[in-house]
Amino acid sequence: MKQFKGRPVVAGTCEAPALVSHGGFNTLASFQGALQFGDFPIIGNKYKQTEGDDQNNKDLFGKPMLGKALCLPQTIGSTTGGMVLYCANAMGKAPACMLFSEHIDSLAAAGAVLSAVWTDKPMVTVDCLGQEFLDYVKDGMKITVAEDGTVTVE
Amino acid sequence: MDCKMTLTPEQEALLNGSKGETVAKVMKTLIMYGEAFGADRLVPVTSGCGHLVTSFGLKVMKPVYDLMDTLIKAAAVSGQKFSVDPKPLDPNVPASFLENFVFKKFMYSMQDSYDAQLRELGLIDDNSYTCTCYLDEVGNKPKKGDVLSWAESSAVVYANSVLGARCNRNSGIIELFGSIAGYVPCFGLLTDEGRKATWIVEVRTSKKPEAQILGSAIGMKVMEDVPYIKGLDKWIGTELDGDACAYLKDFGAATASNGAVGLYHIENLTPEAVEFGDSIIAQGAQTYVIDDAELERVKNNYPVMWKDKDAPAQLCFVGCPHLSFAQLNEWTEKVSENLKKNNLSKVSVPTVFTAAPGVIEEFEKTPAAAVLKGTGIVLSYICPLMYMNNPLCKKKNVITNSNKLRTYTTSRYCTSDEILRIITTKGGKVQ
Repeated sequence: MKQFKGRPVVAGTCEAPALVSHGGFNTLASFQGALQFGDFPIIGNKYKQTEGDDQNNKDLFGKPMLGKALCLPQTIGSTTGGMVLYCANAMGKAPACMLFSEHIDSLAAAGAVLSAVWTDKPMVTVDCLGQEFLDYVKDGMKITVAEDGTVTVE
Repeated sequence: MDCKMTLTPEQEALLNGSKGETVAKVMKTLIMYGEAFGADRLVPVTSGCGHLVTSFGLKVMKPVYDLMDTLIKAAAVSGQKFSVDPKPLDPNVPASFLENFVFKKFMYSMQDSYDAQLRELGLIDDNSYTCTCYLDEVGNKPKKGDVLSWAESSAVVYANSVLGARCNRNSGIIELFGSIAGYVPCFGLLTDEGRKATWIVEVRTSKKPEAQILGSAIGMKVMEDVPYIKGLDKWIGTELDGDACAYLKDFGAATASNGAVGLYHIENLTPEAVEFGDSIIAQGAQTYVIDDAELERVKNNYPVMWKDKDAPAQLCFVGCPHLSFAQLNEWTEKVSENLKKNNLSKVSVPTVFTAAPGVIEEFEKTPAAAVLKGTGIVLSYICPLMYMNNPLCKKKNVITNSNKLRTYTTSRYCTSDEILRIITTKGGKVQ
């Protein structure tokens, strides 16, 4: 078990299994399948758990993101990113929380803040957890996030 | 809210509801967003127009339409007019009966109502749908030093780098909020410090590097940092002429989509590199050397998502970001010449060139328009990325010279020369 102290961007508590992306997380590319087709019969089956849809992200491609503690360095790609995160959260298709090893980027921050101000289900978001956090955490490890941004990994 | 920023009396009044609860929530969002980056104040948006990234009426974006309705009902509309990214549909672009059915009845069934929302919120006009709003034919071109509230990664990186305007990589919705409030939080690329380069990229190639691969390599390496690129002026010159600007448009789009670059400086070329020289490089900047082998390595690492990698191409898109007027003319000339050389009258792969409505309008006035039409190529204002985002198109063997389109779809990247060869020879063989 190890603890890491980060900065709460959207404070809250959360407990969820880890899902780790070591490279930049492309929000649009990752969520586009789940958001567009997750509710479709047959073709939507592969996206029921918000499976990662970014072909360039080998860590997450095809893995369920719904309800996971998404551990990542930063998000990258299209500036629809924050809006996509906001939609995913409002529609109940988002990870349980987002945990950034680096300082949060502008797109992810937008998604987190929009969810906090404009929905009744803010997504717990912590940044500045450090590279050691991303090196230590592995898929499936139990993550507990405290209100003050302390993240326990076990 | 517990606000750490220093606000002007007018900003404080907005936050406290002087223009209603919805505008107060818009202000709260901008303040929380800025405080995540340590912004100590909000600064006025000074550009003539805004630019929004969300142009598509995807059925699944219900939370966005609900939010837009809330804004419209509260009269919280944009204080400045804005352009918006390209439309996702164009009847001229080849699509099967099934594809058209899926597009209109399922995916983009909210397009008309969303277009109406955009008009109410402040869209310039019905011709303002393009990702290249800064081109002369479109007219939403900010001045050096202007503070913008824009989104669309390729437009933001162009405005910052080539035009010297100041804009963060804002997300969809946030950019609209900045235009509604008339203020944006001051951090990152809005500050002198945030515009300093933290990477030096040395281009040491034996020929002019393909813009889309060079941008991709740099984006993947520096992510959201600011690169200062040396050695590229040798290939694209020291004047921001039409050719250089078109190159930088495509280069920048690749840096922004394959990474998260919002600003780059090109030695002896882009405004701040010319004005400040090496002094715009931060102390302790890292170095990345790019030679022919590095570009080859990057290109060879792109995954090919086609089921049958040896299959011929079924569709080709050129113009993501939208082509400039000069690029349209250059492509028309090259395609026409190559077809003649190969004794063909039409392209061998259904091909779509995309450009801004304003650029298409100007191009249609020239003799080249008839030449392009004669080659069988379709000229469209569509967003190829939105067109490709569905399971039916995912199965199509689409080729493109856009690294942005490759990143977000199953299309296969080919250099511009490869595209030219493929579409002007029989069979459409990619390899």
